[in-house]
Amino acid sequence: MTAFLALLGREIRLALRHPADTLAAVLFFVLVCALFPFGVGPAPETLARLAPGALFAAALLAALLPLDRLFGADAEDGTLDQLLLSGLPRGGIAAAKALGHWITTGLPLLAATPVAAALLNLPTDAWGAALAALALATALLSLLGTVGAALTLGARRGSVLLPLLVLPLAIPAVIFGAAAIEAAAAGLSPSPFLLLLGAGVSLALPLAPFAAGAALTAE
Amino acid sequence: MEWGTVLPDPADAVLMARNLACLRGERAVFAGLDVSLAQGSALLLTGANGAGKSTLLRILAGLLRPAEGAVLWQGEDIAADPAAHARRLRYLSHQDALKPALTVAENLAFFAALWGGAVAGALDAVGLAPLADLPARVLSSGQRRRLALARLALAPAPLWLLDEPTTGLDAASVERLRPLLAAHRAAGGIVIAATHIPLPLADAQEFRL
Repeated sequence: MTAFLALLGREIRLALRHPADTLAAVLFFVLVCALFPFGVGPAPETLARLAPGALFAAALLAALLPLDRLFGADAEDGTLDQLLLSGLPRGGIAAAKALGHWITTGLPLLAATPVAAALLNLPTDAWGAALAALALATALLSLLGTVGAALTLGARRGSVLLPLLVLPLAIPAVIFGAAAIEAAAAGLSPSPFLLLLGAGVSLALPLAPFAAGAALTAE
Repeated sequence: MEWGTVLPDPADAVLMARNLACLRGERAVFAGLDVSLAQGSALLLTGANGAGKSTLLRILAGLLRPAEGAVLWQGEDIAADPAAHARRLRYLSHQDALKPALTVAENLAFFAALWGGAVAGALDAVGLAPLADLPARVLSSGQRRRLALARLALAPAPLWLLDEPTTGLDAASVERLRPLLAAHRAAGGIVIAATHIPLPLADAQEFRL
């Protein structure tokens, strides 16, 4: 547990010292959402209709950006060898990395969500649902993405392979997440969709670190 | 080509490698290699570039699986419990495993959290105490190496695997390793080092790959 917290603490400290990766993800998210009104025209109803899907696609793509450095940086500077020899189980390393990714990418994206939602003219009634759905979906993407990052580690063109591996698995998160926001915007309860998203996170929570750990090998 | 055997004295051997073979593609890097080391012993691995020194160290660390043979610690295969083997060794690869954005002390504090030990004392042992609060990014390559070596001084571990430990070090820094290595061996620790330059190690066996 000490080793887990030490690794997590180091991930967060590194992100604070080098906020460029986090900022890039947040800016990407906000900029994509800012571009939508220009593309589809400024009609408020059209925008609001598109908002849930656009919000989700932009957030998940943004969260994907720092993933290919998740293990890559450590593998290059020799840290990964030390982590593999740290006595922390490989699944534990992967879990710390996934949680670190969510804290340094998922949470900042949530913080930027009100801005993005305003740009897309999402009805304010649905903002709560949007935040809850994005919190769960980014957590799911962090977990799936850790598996993808571990699998593509050391592969040539790994950064191309990674989105191809991870995004298809994230499709259910987009469907249920966008449905939750739409339900809230229409005055219905978003909770069935949020519960389904939660089920996805609960399923990935034990399985993804295990799978990522199995894929982590020293070379 | 004939691959050698290092002091096969199974009676008091702690670390033993039996019939190790390593393949790179179709080519054998080495094969039929036996190593046997007692408490407090030191082994220098020498050999041309590409002879497999680093690969052998990685196999002994449990990071790579040998194509054939096994590594035994007190008679038990290290593959049976990799976590226990990881806890008993310190591996210094040719990379320093430092994060440039963290300070010297923070870099070491991460490893102190894993293994225990005092950061200040370890930095003192490699002469980096005055630089503790500088970011590792500003260190010279020799100072980076010394910071990597400071990990050895953190907490005792019975097996040290060192890959070119003196790369970039000045003579004074190499000399600073002497008490560190001597204390480790006096406590019964084993040192295996791949190197091209003589290390400050008394009566070490040499093994040419």
